[in-house]
Amino acid sequence: MSKKVIMLGNEAIARGAYEAGVSVSAAYPGTPSTEISENIVKYDEVYAEWSPNEKVAMEVAIGASMIGKRALASMKHVGVNVAADPLYSVSYIGADGGLVLVAADDPGLYSSQNEQDSRAVARAAKVPVLEPSDSQEAKDFTKFAFELSEKYDTPVMVRTTTRLSHSQGQVELCDRIELEEKPYEKNVAKRVMMPGNAKKRHLHVEDREKRLMEDSCDFEINKVEYKDTSMGFITSGIPYQYVKEAIPNASILKLGLVNPLPKKLIEEFASKVDTVYVIEELDPIIEEQVKSWGIKAIGKEILTVQGEYSANLLRQAILKQEVSIDAAAEVPVRPPILCPGCPHRSTFSVLNKLKIHVAGDIGCYTLGAVAPLNVVETTVCMGSGISTLHGMEKARGSEFIKDWVAVIGDSTFLHTGINSLMNMVYNQSTGTVLILDNSTTGMTGHQDHAATGKTLKGDRTYAIDLVKLCQGIGIDNVQIVNAFDIAALEKAVKEETKKDELAVIIVKAPCALLDKSPVTVQYRINQEKCKKCMQCMKPGCPAITKNPDGSLSINDTMCNGCGLCDQICKFGGIEKVEL
Amino acid sequence: METKNIMIVGVGGQGTLLTSRILGGITQDNGYDVKLSEVHGMAQRGGSVVTYVRYGDAVAEPIVEEGQADVLIAFERLEAMRYAHFLKKDGVIVVNDERIDPMPVVIGAADYPENIIEELSAKYTVFSVKAMEEAKKLGNTRTFNIIVLGVAAQHMDFSKEQWLEAIEKKVPPKTIEINKKAFEIGYTC
Repeated sequence: MSKKVIMLGNEAIARGAYEAGVSVSAAYPGTPSTEISENIVKYDEVYAEWSPNEKVAMEVAIGASMIGKRALASMKHVGVNVAADPLYSVSYIGADGGLVLVAADDPGLYSSQNEQDSRAVARAAKVPVLEPSDSQEAKDFTKFAFELSEKYDTPVMVRTTTRLSHSQGQVELCDRIELEEKPYEKNVAKRVMMPGNAKKRHLHVEDREKRLMEDSCDFEINKVEYKDTSMGFITSGIPYQYVKEAIPNASILKLGLVNPLPKKLIEEFASKVDTVYVIEELDPIIEEQVKSWGIKAIGKEILTVQGEYSANLLRQAILKQEVSIDAAAEVPVRPPILCPGCPHRSTFSVLNKLKIHVAGDIGCYTLGAVAPLNVVETTVCMGSGISTLHGMEKARGSEFIKDWVAVIGDSTFLHTGINSLMNMVYNQSTGTVLILDNSTTGMTGHQDHAATGKTLKGDRTYAIDLVKLCQGIGIDNVQIVNAFDIAALEKAVKEETKKDELAVIIVKAPCALLDKSPVTVQYRINQEKCKKCMQCMKPGCPAITKNPDGSLSINDTMCNGCGLCDQICKFGGIEKVEL
Repeated sequence: METKNIMIVGVGGQGTLLTSRILGGITQDNGYDVKLSEVHGMAQRGGSVVTYVRYGDAVAEPIVEEGQADVLIAFERLEAMRYAHFLKKDGVIVVNDERIDPMPVVIGAADYPENIIEELSAKYTVFSVKAMEEAKKLGNTRTFNIIVLGVAAQHMDFSKEQWLEAIEKKVPPKTIEINKKAFEIGYTC
């Protein structure tokens, strides 16, 4: 008997890969894709790893595929940019063992720096894209992606979005497929992408696109539901659910394969309904193609290219229904913040005090850009802080960056920051780089990386020594400072930014959420000694509250005893309590 | 059955995910189709978080929209107020009577609203509980969300035994007994 369980979309993708007989999974953590790896690692039959970045992850999967094994690479949408180089070429090479890339888009920017549409990348790379609309399909489509990959000799992208990846639904489980070992055969014409070979493989890519466009008209995952034919909706993924909810009686062409499009099927559907609507979140990828074939359709004229859709949005835009809802109460916003005891708060409070400008990067420490810390002034992408600081120096001279530093987390540093640091060495920068080493990949929920000494499988491994790594590329001036020793940190930053020499300060203290053991030390306000000067509140610790009578108190369910407030207080107004 | 809509709101780190998973478990055990939608990643870091739980014969959309929630479970007062307009006309709010200052309040840029429970009670059916105090008495502050769930359970379709069974399946094995006790506290308040 089959078993139904509730699964997160990402968990279902992992299950689908497992059932498809996948051998290798490689990824770099990134919301909303992270849980794919965190779930696939539970299957002993699958080798799963955190790679240092998405390009490496993609290439690891390509290697496994080349020798005939099924392989998965998963990443968030911006990770696909990092992996784009191998992706464009492996589109030509194709797949021996099924090769699947999961790209997790983030409409609504829950945890991302942009709102790009991975389908556009896949179109440019001429890679087929499957788009599931619930957890069951997440599993089924992932399995199908491996079959498709082998049948059409192509990498296949499974595109998910935050709403699918982080929603749970019922999934029917199946057993893992037993695959026969494929013998490896040398095939230079297929696997060595030099001009002569690539020219021929490009023909394969074009032919593949044509065949898929025709064959996919009969794919089960492209489904037509005819009901009321006055309106017909071409849709896919999570927006399909919004159409079902808002207009249950509508005729729908639900696309499972969204690149290339099943042209004949779409033309036939369009001919049978009065008005065609294309409902897709983000860019008009389907819509523009459909319109280019001369089909009259309505899409982004009435719907946005930004954020997530909803049933109410469709009711208003398409059915012109007035959706009457109470106004939201006007209450203070609650943006994400650094946790109580976060070492980044300590670091940023020092930089704030010294009026240092920060070229920032991607991680929890991006929150140093907002009040009350207000020190981070740039954030572009993974690894960018170091190189943008270098660019500033080359544009305006070393004096200009005397009150600047670059900050980057340990995981982000190993992702791509190291390349930027090599550039600083090579091209004679005098900048100061702070590696905020909290011994984990924090923002995505504590994943190990090459400097933590532990693999995704939980095995012990060599921990790359960041000091030796920096020294190895030619930086003599490397020091480690405890993130919570604010006097030492202040001294180090002051001295190093003054020097005409490249400096790396490794600001070290583990993420406050890493240690799950009970708190043994906390701090309390000594109401007699407290002068109510509010200096301790400046770093914005959420555990410290100003009471209506003007006094301060420290919340004993939040304080984790980092002691930053005690170091800041000049009057002994904060006292340590051993629990 | 018409689809039921539950929302669980709170501050990132308060344990909304565990509560929603217990809800997901109990609805599935009772043979319903169910969808849950969660927030992970950066928004979880002390920000306002919301989890949607929808169950019924066949659930399409995974989110609850404004004016649709049957029950709003709020782990913090201000968050109850933020999401109250998601309730149906006859919807119920279960709120943990606790204040956690958001950053604009911490830095003095905004005031924490006074009399939230009273204001909400004027418009909606509100059940409030000082779950953190109860959890402290029980000896484990982390159980406070199960106490809140216990209060909410009084206004939902399942029996006490079913709830206890669902809790047993979803909480870490070492904490089963204390969480069951926490549930009892909420269920009887």
